[in-house]
Amino acid sequence: MTIADSTQSLRRQSLRQASIPRAGVAVLIAGSIGLAFVLFAVTPLQGDADFVVVAALLSVVILVAASWTVEGRRRAIDRFATSATMLALILTLLPLGFVLGYVIKRGAKDFNINFLTHSLAGIGPLDAGGGVYHAIIGTFEQVLIASFISVPLGLMVAIFITEYSRSSLATAVRFLVDVMTGIPSIVAGLFVLSFWILALNQPYTGFAAAMALAILELPIIVRTSEEMIRLVPAALREAAYALGVPKWKTILRVVLPTATTGITTGVMLAMARVIGETAPVFLVAGNNFFINNDPLHGQQASLATFIFINARASSDLQVDRAWAAALTLILIVAVLYVSARLLTRRNALARR
Amino acid sequence: MASITTADTASLRSSSRSARGDAVFRTLTFIAGAFVFVLLGAIALFLVIKAMPAIKNDPTNFFTTTQWSSSAYGIAATLFGTALTAVLALAIAVPVGVGVALYITQYAPRRIATLLGYVTDMLAAVPSVVYGLWGLIFLLPRMVGIDHFLAKYFGWTGLFHDPAGGLNTFPKTIFSASIVLSIMVLPIIAAISREVFRQVDPVQKEAALALGATRWEMIRTAVLPPSRAGVISATMLGLGRALGETIAVALVIGNVNRVSGHVLVPGGNTIAANIANTFGEAADKGPLIASGLVLFVLTLVVNLAARYVILRAGTEERSAV
Repeated sequence: MTIADSTQSLRRQSLRQASIPRAGVAVLIAGSIGLAFVLFAVTPLQGDADFVVVAALLSVVILVAASWTVEGRRRAIDRFATSATMLALILTLLPLGFVLGYVIKRGAKDFNINFLTHSLAGIGPLDAGGGVYHAIIGTFEQVLIASFISVPLGLMVAIFITEYSRSSLATAVRFLVDVMTGIPSIVAGLFVLSFWILALNQPYTGFAAAMALAILELPIIVRTSEEMIRLVPAALREAAYALGVPKWKTILRVVLPTATTGITTGVMLAMARVIGETAPVFLVAGNNFFINNDPLHGQQASLATFIFINARASSDLQVDRAWAAALTLILIVAVLYVSARLLTRRNALARR
Repeated sequence: MASITTADTASLRSSSRSARGDAVFRTLTFIAGAFVFVLLGAIALFLVIKAMPAIKNDPTNFFTTTQWSSSAYGIAATLFGTALTAVLALAIAVPVGVGVALYITQYAPRRIATLLGYVTDMLAAVPSVVYGLWGLIFLLPRMVGIDHFLAKYFGWTGLFHDPAGGLNTFPKTIFSASIVLSIMVLPIIAAISREVFRQVDPVQKEAALALGATRWEMIRTAVLPPSRAGVISATMLGLGRALGETIAVALVIGNVNRVSGHVLVPGGNTIAANIANTFGEAADKGPLIASGLVLFVLTLVVNLAARYVILRAGTEERSAV
C-alpha cells in the first residue's frame, strides 16, 4: 500500500461512514448459500423449495447482521427494507412464472391444429382427440357481441362525462362507473339470469352471455375512453369552435378521431379482460360439446367454460384438454395485449 | 396528431345544422349517462325480485343457516368463508403488493422498472379459470408440505390448527383458496400502489435524501405518508375483487359448508364458489340469486368505501385507481 492510498482511505473514513462494498455483499450472500448447503447436508432439512427458502432467509439475516456491525443500525434497517422489497418482487414473479410455465408445459401436449379445428362432438371422456373449435367460436361470438353493445354505449357515456362534465349528473355517472368496475362477474351473470332468462323467459344462449360480458366491459371502456378524450388538446377543440363547427360535430369529427388509437387500445384491453370470464358465461350460456354458430339459439360453449368443466373431470384426457384450452386462451389474451401495447406505442396522445 | 386542413373544416361547416344537432347529440349522451343509473338500478332490482321469494320460502333462517340444500339453505357458512378467504388473501397480497410497488418505483433502475411494471401487470391478464386450473392441479399437491410445516409449528395459533397435521394429500382448504386469491389480487394492489407512489412529489424525496436519510428513511418519511389513502383504497379494491372471485375459488375450495377458523382443515366454501358449484343441479335458482344479492351488496359497500377514501384524498389520486 502506498502512502497516497492510505491517506485516501483515511480521508474516506473520516468523511464517510464505513460501508460494505458490493463485492462484500456478494461474498456474504455466497457464504449464506454455502452455509445453507452445509445445513442441508448435516441436518434433517431437505427439499429444493426448502433450500431456496432457507438460503434466502440466511442471506438476509447474515447481510443485515453484518451491516449492523459495520455500518450501523440505520444502514442495517435500510438493507433489510431493500431485501424485503426484492423478496416481494420475487414472490410476485414466481407465481407468474409457475402459472405460465406450467400452462405451456401441460398445454403443449394436446395443442395442435387438430385441437383448434375440431369440436368435442362424439368424443367421450375416455376418447383421445377432440378439440376446442366450438368453444373458440363461442368465445369470439360472445365477446364480439358484448363489444358491439358496450363500445358505442361506453363511448357515449365517456363523452357525456367529459364534454358535459359541468352537470352534476355527469359527476354521479362517473362515480357509478367507478363503482361498476368492482361488480363481481358472477353478479353480472346472475343479473342476466334473473332479468333475461327468468323474468323474460328467454333461453340459455351465447347472446345472454354476451349481455353479461357487456356489463363487465362497459366500465372499462368508459374509463379508458374518458382518459383518452381528456388528453385531446383543448386547442384542437377551440380551433374547431372558432371555425364555427358545432359542438357535436367537433366531438365526432375532431375529438374522437384524435383519440381513436387510445380508445381502440382500451377496447382491446377490455376484450382481453372479459374473454377469460367464466362464471357469467357458465350461468347463462350453459355448455355445449357441439359446434353452435348461432348465438341466439341454443346453449354455447366458450373456452373458459370448457376449461372449467374439464379441469375437474375424472379422465386425464379431459384434464389434458383443459390445459390445451388454457394455453389457447392465454395465447389469445396475449395477442390482444401485445396488439394493444403496439397501438399505444403509435399513440401520439398517450406519449405526450 | 390529426391534422385539420382547410378543406376539412369547410366541409364540417357547410354540413353543420346549427344548434339542433347539438341538442340531439346532448340528449343522446345524456341518455347514455342515465343508462348507467338504470343499469345499476336494474341489477339491484332484478336480483331483489328473484331473491325475495327464495328468502321468504326458506324453511330455515336464510342468514343463520350454514347448510345448502333445496330444503334448507342459508349463507352463514358461505358468507363466513367469503370473508375469511378474502381477508387471508389480503394479508398475503398487501405486503407483497406494496413491497413490489416500492421496489419498482423507488429501487429499480428506470429501464428495468418499466419492464417489471409490464410483467407484474401480466399477472392480472391471466384469466381466473386458468388460475383455478393451475391451483387445482399444480398448487394443491404442493401445498401439502407448506400445510404440514404450518400445522406443526404454528398449529398453536388456532388458525393453522389441524388434527391431521397438515397431511391431507389434496388440501382443498380455505388456506389453499386464499393463496390462489392472493396471487389474483396482488397485481391490482401492486398496480394501484405503483401509480400512487409514482405521484409522490420528487422534491420531497430529494429533500429527505439531501438531509442524509437512507433510502428506507426517505420512503418512510416522504413516500408512504402521502400515499396512505391510495394504498388503503388499493387494498379495498383488492378486497372487492377477492370477495367476488368465483371460478378459481370454486376449483380449489373444499365445498363443505362449515364455520371454522381452522383454515388447514379441508372444507370451507364461499358464496361465489357455492353458486358456481351448485348451479347445475339447482332446479330453483332463487336461493342462489339470493346469495348473489348478498355478495353484490357486500362488494358494493366495499367499493363505495374505497371510492369514498379516494374522493376524500383528492381528485389527483383517482387517475391512479
